[in-house]
Amino acid sequence: MTTPTGPAHQKLGMTDDEYESIVGILGREPLPAELAMYSVMWSEHCSYKSSRRHLERFPTEAPWVVVGPGENAGVVDIGDGWLAALRIESHNHPSFVEPYQGAATGVGGILRDVFTMGARPIALWDQIRVGPLDQPKNRYLLKGVVSGIAGYGNAVGVPTVGGEIEFDDCYSGNPLVNVMCLGILRKEQLVLGTAGTPGTIAVLLGKATGRDGIGGASILASASFEDESEEKRPSVQVGDPFEEKKLIEACLELYEKSLVVGVQDLGAAGLSCATSEPAGRAGLGMRIELDAVHRRESGMTAPELLMSESQERMMAFVSPGNLDRVLAVADKWEIETAVVGEVKPGPNLTIRHNGRVVAEVPAASLANDAPLLDRPSARPGWLDDVWSAQTSVNDVEPVDLLLKLLDDPAIGSSAWVHEQYDHMLFLSTVIGPGSDGSLLRMKGTDKALAVSTDGNGRLCYLDPRRGAARLVYEAALNVAVAGARPLAVVDNLNFGNPEKPEVMWQLIETVEGISGACEALGIPVVGGNVSFYNETDGVDIHPTPVVGLLGLADPMPSSPPRWSQANEGMEIWEVGPEPTDNLAGSAAQRVAGEALGGRPTAPSPERARRVVTLAADLAHLVPVLHDISDGGLAVAVAEICIASGVGARINNAEPAAMFSEDPHRFVVVMESGTADLPADLATRVGIIGGDSLSLGSGTLDLSIITNAWRQALPSALGV
Amino acid sequence: MRTAVIVFPGTNCEHDVVYALEALGGEAEIVWHRETSLDDFDGVILPGGFAHGDYLRTGAIARFSPVMSDVRRMAENGAPVLGICNGFQMLCEAGLLPGALIANRDLSFICRFVDLEVVDTDTVITRLASEGERVRIPLNSYEGNWVDPSAGGRVALRYVDNPNGSQARAAAVANERGNVAGIMPHPERGIEDILGSSDGQVLLESFLQSLVDYPLVPA
Repeated sequence: MTTPTGPAHQKLGMTDDEYESIVGILGREPLPAELAMYSVMWSEHCSYKSSRRHLERFPTEAPWVVVGPGENAGVVDIGDGWLAALRIESHNHPSFVEPYQGAATGVGGILRDVFTMGARPIALWDQIRVGPLDQPKNRYLLKGVVSGIAGYGNAVGVPTVGGEIEFDDCYSGNPLVNVMCLGILRKEQLVLGTAGTPGTIAVLLGKATGRDGIGGASILASASFEDESEEKRPSVQVGDPFEEKKLIEACLELYEKSLVVGVQDLGAAGLSCATSEPAGRAGLGMRIELDAVHRRESGMTAPELLMSESQERMMAFVSPGNLDRVLAVADKWEIETAVVGEVKPGPNLTIRHNGRVVAEVPAASLANDAPLLDRPSARPGWLDDVWSAQTSVNDVEPVDLLLKLLDDPAIGSSAWVHEQYDHMLFLSTVIGPGSDGSLLRMKGTDKALAVSTDGNGRLCYLDPRRGAARLVYEAALNVAVAGARPLAVVDNLNFGNPEKPEVMWQLIETVEGISGACEALGIPVVGGNVSFYNETDGVDIHPTPVVGLLGLADPMPSSPPRWSQANEGMEIWEVGPEPTDNLAGSAAQRVAGEALGGRPTAPSPERARRVVTLAADLAHLVPVLHDISDGGLAVAVAEICIASGVGARINNAEPAAMFSEDPHRFVVVMESGTADLPADLATRVGIIGGDSLSLGSGTLDLSIITNAWRQALPSALGV
Repeated sequence: MRTAVIVFPGTNCEHDVVYALEALGGEAEIVWHRETSLDDFDGVILPGGFAHGDYLRTGAIARFSPVMSDVRRMAENGAPVLGICNGFQMLCEAGLLPGALIANRDLSFICRFVDLEVVDTDTVITRLASEGERVRIPLNSYEGNWVDPSAGGRVALRYVDNPNGSQARAAAVANERGNVAGIMPHPERGIEDILGSSDGQVLLESFLQSLVDYPLVPA
């Protein structure tokens, strides 16, 4: 991006109207440090100014919601005195500019959001989207992102237990990296991002502040990319997982000893955010001495100190009587501290630097008075043409298409990715990566938490409302086949340029889709993130919402279903509505080389509720359950065969039956009569046995499909 | 019989090791690396993780921690001392075990179950196992490739398929007396079938039995 010329506010990415608003709030022209603070806090990334009015549509209430959207993470009650904290965030733009550090600091940031609430982070999930792997740049990006997640996640000591990879041309210039974190805590340990009462002391904990990432997440993530994106590399932050690990342990000890009244992490917008938000929430002001901030570079200006996004920093709010004990805990964990300020009565945030006041602004105005935009929206004119396209795979041999699907890097084994991640730490991972939903037991209880993260840009491009609703239903079914009932959703909305009416329409439709599905399942949205400007050289990505759904299994099935538990002679059943021949947005359409087109099948709220309940019940009874999604029934059965090392025969090999991805369907494999399946929903489709997979008249050796599936991703990467 | 589970800044497997020892009937306590006395303990485990961020070199900074002089004293007195993963790296850095651990052959982090074979049953982690017994437990490391130009020490367990390129396929190595051992895969992650395997039980039970028999070999 070329550096804009003109007035200071425009250089910081602010419009003339926004500047006038600041003048209105202050009653005068802003000082440079004040302008810097407003520019980051009012950026798209921090203020949600384009999306906020639409996000109000989300259902956010349920009896088990303890903390809804607006705090650092959502928190839900999971019974017996336990709470779960969850959050999802994107690190799309930084990961394109510098994939290792971009992805690594994404992990660091989401962890801080969760342990800020008083929770110990127990697991991470990663959603990665890049362009096709036949382009070297995309291979470089995927390898870099995976290394960054592994490098940070493993060293910080939080297991990465699941995720998803998707490839599409639209992500070539704009990869997506979304990361979700789950934490658990005892009820009495919940901490909020509040500054407390007047007299409370603000203590900055963690890494020294430097010039890295000035305006990183906030400015980088709030504008589109043009050719010169590498010039933005200095705005990417650098992560230090060792510092973060110490910070986690120190903060958890502070919570356990009840030594803090509130905590706020320093992420996007750095000190500007960590002072104004907690003060704003408390309805108070604050006095901050920038000279006290420990830093690793000399000569930093006030705007730089206020905008820096240096990683691994937290702001703790402490009663004066506890200060010495807080400093002692920090000293034990070998983390640096600085007493930087004090909470004051009245609304103003006063910031001093070199003995002078450099900013004096109403704290709440930074967080709450950001402009609320009502951007125009319009249904894309091209949609009717796209919907009218017809896809048929009737002239392709089903076994050939299946082999192509298994050989696809998005469908084949993800082992190359997840074996680089520690996914077993904490001895909780009952079902880990490479399954439908992850299942994490809670030691010392009968409970387990299940999580599924799901996205599908192609489906949402064709119909954002149906596509987004289907993601919620798919995630719900994924946790159900692990034995859990859906509890809450977080979402990461990855979109193009909101200044285009078509992109705003996609956002509004997506929000409607997610909201409708959540209402149908009776679950709230407890948090989320919006990433706009995923656009390079004027081309927007597909609308790509990613849903993270938390479920609770109480009790956990004593022997949860696994893909690997099929045995010779077991019956294969398909449960759910009969599939149509609509392949719009399906993996079969893609690997068959057909253009992306058609209108995806509409989901059904009633059927969704019914199959989710049924699957969660069956998880206590049957050895194998598997959600039918990418690649349809054929791929689902093939994955069971590969995991169990045994063949199968499917009787009806009609393409619609084999490859449809119509929603609300799952596979049951069991000995005859193990469980009663409802006659109106269940069809017996085949039998397990032998050493080959037969679809109608075609047959594939188990060794061939196993090899194709295992090698798909490594071959595409050339590793 | 109490085991000290030592925690350095960056260690992350301490709670898992305590959980596993307690599940097998042992008694364990977390001890901070700045402690100087292990007088209250009968044995020591250095758990896995990234002590001091693996900065400089794995285990290179940890070996200078105050607690390490008492770990050395116990090792020399014949008490059971076990290093798991990062703890194995520390014991090599401290000179309590031979060799060193370098980056995996394929320069890639490896987290998955691996099959091991018991080679030597006269060590602190194998004394209840039988020679040739197969054990399946998770590996989780980047620097897991054991090399030892001196060809000293005893290989207690070896990989069936050598995933990281270790010399002699060594997955676990002990000192001459057998009371100090390091193992790269994680026995504490393999004590329950619900998590994929309970094969690691025999290794940790061997360690617990060694506490009872302390000292293994008279000093």
